[in-house]
Amino acid sequence: MRGFAFVVLLTISLSGVAAIDAYSFPNDELRDRYHTLIDELRCPQCLNTNLAGSDSMISKDLRREVHRLLLEGQTDEEVLDFMYERYGDFILYEPRIKKGTIALWFGPLALLLVALLIGFRVARRKTAVVELSEAEREKIAQLIEPSNEKT
Amino acid sequence: MSESVPTPTPTSREAPQTSNLRRILLIPLALFFVLITILALGFRLEDPHLLPSVLIDRPFPEFSLMELEEPERTLTVQDLKGEVALVNVWATWCPNCLIEHPELTRIAKEEGVPIYGINYNDESEKARRWLERHGNPYRFNMVDNEGKLGIDLGVYGAPETFLLDRHGVIQFKHVGTVTPEVWSSTLKPLIEQLRSKS
Repeated sequence: MRGFAFVVLLTISLSGVAAIDAYSFPNDELRDRYHTLIDELRCPQCLNTNLAGSDSMISKDLRREVHRLLLEGQTDEEVLDFMYERYGDFILYEPRIKKGTIALWFGPLALLLVALLIGFRVARRKTAVVELSEAEREKIAQLIEPSNEKT
Repeated sequence: MSESVPTPTPTSREAPQTSNLRRILLIPLALFFVLITILALGFRLEDPHLLPSVLIDRPFPEFSLMELEEPERTLTVQDLKGEVALVNVWATWCPNCLIEHPELTRIAKEEGVPIYGINYNDESEKARRWLERHGNPYRFNMVDNEGKLGIDLGVYGAPETFLLDRHGVIQFKHVGTVTPEVWSSTLKPLIEQLRSKS
């Protein structure tokens, strides 16, 4: 029982570590939007860490900017645009759909379609082989018959 | 007669079955080599840490910042226009800035290219002492203590060096140390090209 309480306490203290900056927000809605945004934005200096998880200088600066822009009353889309205009595709974990990212967005779907097509054809060919063997037998019978007539 | 009649199935199902099977077994191996080749080529691509700049061919962002050594002087984007120039983002906490410092000094002195500094996320007092100690290749330094101009420029570390044409339009960005090789192979040809344009 004490062990269980200890584990529970451990999880509580761990989740407290996640809050890095002490930014204040006028309401919870804005705070939630802030956290969603810094989860969606990628740290430009790191290869795979979001702004929320990075301790780098640039991430701190960008979190401050997100906070500032939200307090100014900008929408989530405007904040993302602000970052996109400066840091490009890299900063968005969900890249925008445009010429350069079409393969990224629809490549897997295209591959799936190709795989389904191949799978479908393979499956059909297998049944076709069985059908063909019947036709074959008929043709073989036809081939055999004229030769029988000759003899 | 019997020879002219086409056989119903081009591949007979008896004898070549083993060779067919062998061919099928080779497919994953072939795919594996294709994958390995693609991944190996991936390693030869540019460093993934290097972000392409979104700001190429765009005017240098507006700013209004203090000059490092003359704090009463306010610098704006107008101060960057007129000549083909380099804008170098530096800080005292940045070891590579010290490494590129001799080359920047040489470029400013021998190549006659104006270099403007952005003292990025730094302490001005430290920065002034740093310049005293290592020499000052910069025409002037914009004090960007909060990294705001840095963010407008898409800077994510130091050093970074921007190349501007005489109208203050960003033509090129180099992330990392400006070495003599970077100068001779990249910056110098670009600057000559820009200077030859009216």
